[in-house]
Formats: sequence, structure tokens, C-alpha cells
Amino acid sequence: MNAPAKLPRWAELGLLPLVNLAAALLLSGVIVKVLGESPWAALKLLASGSLGSEENIGYTLYYATNFMFTGLAVAVAYHAGLFNIGGEGQAYVGGLGVGLVALWLGGRAPFLVVLPVAILGGAVFGAAWAFIPAWLQARRGSHIVITTIMFNFIGSALMTYLLVNVLIKPGQQSPETREFGATAFMPAASDLLAKAGIDFSPSPLNLAFVVALGAGALVWVLVWRTRWGYALRVAGQNQAAAVYAGISPPRIIVQSMLLSGALAGCLALNELMGSQHRILIDFPGGAGFVGIAVALMGRNHPAGIFLSAVLFGALAQGGSQLSFDMPKINRDMVVVIQGLVILFCGALENVMRAPLAAVFARLAGRREAEG
Amino acid sequence: MENYTLVVLTLAATIRVATPLVLAAIAGMFSERAGVIALGLEGMMLGAAFAAAAVSAVSGSAWLGLGAGMAASVALALLIGFATVTHRGNQVIAAMAINIMIAGLGPTLGLAWFGLGGQTPQLEGAGQRFTALAWPGVEAARAHPFPGLLYAELLSGQNLIVYLAALLVPLSAWVLYRTRFGLRLRAVGENPLAVDTAGISVTGLRYQALAICGALAGVAGTYLSTAASAGFSRDMTAGKGYLALAALIFGKWKPYPTLGACLLFAFTDAVAAQLQGRSLPFVGVVPVQFIIALPYVLTVLLLAGFVGKAVAPAAIGVPYSKEK
Repeated sequence: MNAPAKLPRWAELGLLPLVNLAAALLLSGVIVKVLGESPWAALKLLASGSLGSEENIGYTLYYATNFMFTGLAVAVAYHAGLFNIGGEGQAYVGGLGVGLVALWLGGRAPFLVVLPVAILGGAVFGAAWAFIPAWLQARRGSHIVITTIMFNFIGSALMTYLLVNVLIKPGQQSPETREFGATAFMPAASDLLAKAGIDFSPSPLNLAFVVALGAGALVWVLVWRTRWGYALRVAGQNQAAAVYAGISPPRIIVQSMLLSGALAGCLALNELMGSQHRILIDFPGGAGFVGIAVALMGRNHPAGIFLSAVLFGALAQGGSQLSFDMPKINRDMVVVIQGLVILFCGALENVMRAPLAAVFARLAGRREAEG
Repeated sequence: MENYTLVVLTLAATIRVATPLVLAAIAGMFSERAGVIALGLEGMMLGAAFAAAAVSAVSGSAWLGLGAGMAASVALALLIGFATVTHRGNQVIAAMAINIMIAGLGPTLGLAWFGLGGQTPQLEGAGQRFTALAWPGVEAARAHPFPGLLYAELLSGQNLIVYLAALLVPLSAWVLYRTRFGLRLRAVGENPLAVDTAGISVTGLRYQALAICGALAGVAGTYLSTAASAGFSRDMTAGKGYLALAALIFGKWKPYPTLGACLLFAFTDAVAAQLQGRSLPFVGVVPVQFIIALPYVLTVLLLAGFVGKAVAPAAIGVPYSKEK
């Protein structure tokens, strides 16, 4: 085997993910064909279902908001050399923090007070759920992939217990809390835009989208523009070098996982305060795992994560349209595509790199020969 | 007497729940001892569950279903091998990709092929499922509950795959510790460079380990859809692949302790089912969710080194490259 193939920076960051994405979509098309539907028609339905109307765009960006939070969570841990598979559990338990604040302050305090406290609640609860696996990795060397998976299950059991036995609205069967007070509702995008004089069809898209963009900016500043972010990236790439530079890897592990968990914990701002307006069973609905795909596809950079979150949001929204119009396809096809994207952009990323690098080497050689 | 029956029935339930866990955990053991993280067990089992139920429904033969389940699972294991062994991709990412893809692919194919909302048809015909085998004299044994009931409910009355799983543990222990292949397998998970230096192919060994892992996980998945239930349903593994991985870690990557961990986890599951909604003396109602979470909590405690110490194979998760 040759040494890892080198690509120009723009190709590494832009072209390679696109080639891998194309491969994943191509294989998805083959599967659609096998199912007996036309891949081309399916693609058109996906596009129109996700971007064809203001309402569809609103849904796409609403789903994208969830994926931005979980994608950023995976990315921050990744830069510290950690694989946080616990985004699902952290988002779930973080939702408890958001929900408790919303239940407590909703209707009692104005929205501008509820919002920061709810962000704090989600961040603290999400970070708390990431803390134990982080601490165990840092101090006792427990493999964080395994412990975060275990904490997904433990978190799920805990939340089921709380919703069934403690937080359930008295006198109803389904394990849900009462509805939040009205001041704990995230303002809908259509209402906000109407105030600015812009007409936008109603959809679940809400202010949490802006919070997610802010979180992306915050991550960019923290990871690439601060001393702490530098320490984080050094510790993630070379622990020995980090120790030599006076950086404490265990401390970085815990701090980065706290930030990661806090980001995942903010998912409920969108899902609960923005749309459901109550805490309910399994509301993250796999968004924590989609975050892995989003981060991989977006090369763990906030800008890339934004783009890939919108892509996955479009898949999630377009998938419902697809299942509506094509009787042989259901929304699970979107999950297949997500899996294929993780496979091609993550696990098989080296497969495409070598041939691409060969092409670039040949081009460079030709240019030299000409010049 | 009533309590005795309850205990026997709980133990019988334990065996039924433990079977797929044992198969999957031993499958994972071959993969992890060779240095490849076995996170993909969930996807392999789910894929096998679908393939087995679909083929059994169409062909009318549980055995063909078993073959299809194992083939599907082996194919997924080899795909993980292609990504992580041949192309040195990240093992965690490859496994998660498989798990997510299969979670969607089963219901997708199920809907397209059978039009039943993502399920496979109910397996009702003779020979479409692995059903309980009755041993001789079961009815006579029931007349003398002690020890007859133990014989009737625990030894007899299980399906073929259960006995297979029971045999698998000593067999895998023998392969792992008493054969040349087992020695090399363990070596490749601890120090692949040494194996390579001895002129043995690291890649070949890891592919063999993954194939075994896939085959056994395939049996586990087949058990779920053609023995424990009558057909495939969405997400029917429900985290059993991860639970098997936890059992493997709790068993410190060794066959017999892993069997013990599987039985312990299955027992907590059986007890949770029994305790649902019941009130115990002195304790009151025990929340079922706490018992369900117990295996995961125990595994975390073990990984933390608070109850014993689990030491993973040294080279696990590290792609092997000759240059380094």
C-alpha cells in the first residue's frame, strides 16, 4: 500500500465529499430502481418535496436545525479526537432541561427571559449526560464509543421512567407532559418574517434555526480562533505533542465533551419549544445519529455542517413527499440514504481518494511537462 | 409451588432471551479478538432477521431462511472488512453506517416486496420457523414438577438454535485457545505486526474473523425473526446487538464469562418482564426502566474499573498498515 494519497486542499474539502456523496446517491438510485420505481422521478420528488414551496423549504430548514445541533456536537468531539455516539442520549436528556425550564417559566416570564434560561437548561443537561463518559475516558480510559452508546440506552430508560411516572400530565394515557406556557414557544419563522413585512407560508421553522446558526458561529470561533480551540485540535491530533506543549489531554477530553453534549442538548429548543410544545417519548427520533453523517459529510467544519444539515433536512422532508407519491417507497428509504452517506463519506472515504489523487498527479505532471 | 413455577418460567424466559445475545456476543468476540470493533452486530443481526424471514416466507423453509440470514450477515461483515481492513477506514464509522443503512433497508425492501408496511408476512406454515422441540417423556415429567418441570421447560421445549448457541460456547473456547487459528486470531488483535512478521496475512485473518462474526450474528438474527417471533418487524433487534457487545465487554472478551454476562443480562430482562406493574414486599413497585437499564449501567461500571477490570485487545480499532 502506498502512503496516504495527497489531494489539493480544495479537492480534499470540496471535491472528495461531493464525489462520495454522488456515489452514495448513485447507489441509492440503484436501490430505488430495484424497488421498481424510477430513480429520476424519485430525485425530482425529493427536490420538489423539500424545496418546491415555501412550506417545504420551512420544513427542510426545520429538520436541518436539529441536524445542525447534533452535527456540531459530533464535530467538536471529533476535533478532540473523540467519537461521540451519544448525541442521541444527550439531546434526549438535554430536552429534559429545556422542557423543565419551559414548563416552569412558560406563561410566567416573557419569552426573552425564557429563551436564555432554556438554552442554559438544555446545555447543562446535555453536558451533564456527556460528562460521565467524558470523565471515564479522561481519567479511567473507558472507551468513549462504548460508554456513550450505553448512556444512550440509560438515558432512554431514564426519560421513559420520568415521563411515565413523574412528568406525565395527570389523567392521560400517553406519556407526555402538559403543554408549555405560551411564552415558552419559539416564535415561528412565518410570524417573525411577517413582522419584517415578508410574507412566508407557515411551517415549523422557528427562531431555533437562528440559535443553531449562532451555535455554528460559536463553534467556529471557539475551535479555530481561540487558544482553547488550538489546544483542542492539538490534543485531538497528537496527544504526545499536546502533553509536550503543556496541554492536559484529560482536561481537553472533558471540556470538549461538555461542549459537545451542550450542543446536542440544544436540539430540544427546536423540536420541543419550536414544534411539539411538550416533552414526549423519543423526541430526538434518531437526529443524534444523523449528526454523525452530517459532521462527516461537512468535514467537521461549521460551514460544511450547515450545508450538509440542509441536505439531510431536505432528505428528511423530501422523503415524506416521496413516500406519499410512490407507493413502493416509504420514509425508511431516507434512512438507507443516510447510512449510505455515512458509509461512503466516512468509512470508504479512502477508496475514492487514491484514484482522485492519481488524476491530480497526472494533471500536475502534464502541466509541468507543458511549462 | 406457585413461586417455584414462576422461577422455572423466568429461567426459561432467560434462556430464550439469552440465545441471540450469546450468538451475537460470541460473534463479536471473534471480530474484536482479531482487532475489529464489533459495533456492527446490530446491523448484521437486523439484516439477517430480515433476510431469513423474507426467504422463509417465500420458500417455506426455515433452513433456507437461516442460510439467507447468514449470507446477508456475512456480506455485511465483509463490507465492514472492505472498508476497514482493506481501505483502513474508521471501524466505528463503518459499523454505524451499516447499522443505520440496515435499519432503513429492511422496512424499505419489506414494503416493496411484500406490501405489508415494512414487515414480512407472518410465518405460519409448517417448517417456516424453528419451533420448540419436545423431548421424550415431557408430559410424564410434568406430573412431578420437581424436577420434572425443570426438564420440561428448560431442557426440553427449546428450538434448535438454542441448543446450537449452548454448544457454540465450548466450541468457540476450543477454537480460540486450542487451535493454531485461534492463537493467530488472538495475536492479530494484540500485535498485528508480530503476526505479519511471522509471515501470516493480517488482512486474511481479519477477514476470516469477520466472516465468522457475520455467520454467527446471522444465526442470531435468524433466531429473532424465525424462532422467537414469526416474521420480521421494524427495528426488531431493538439494541440487542449493542447489548451483546456490552455482554462481550462484561465477559472481558472471554467465552465463558461472556456466556455468564449474557445469562445475567437476559435474566434481568426476564425479571423485568415479570415485575412489570407488580409490587414487591418492602420495596414497592420497582420501576421496570431501572431493571432494563441495569446491563448498561453494569457495563459502564466495569469499563470504569469499579467492578473488576476489562482490558480490550490491544490493537482493537487500529487499522493495520505495513509502513508504520
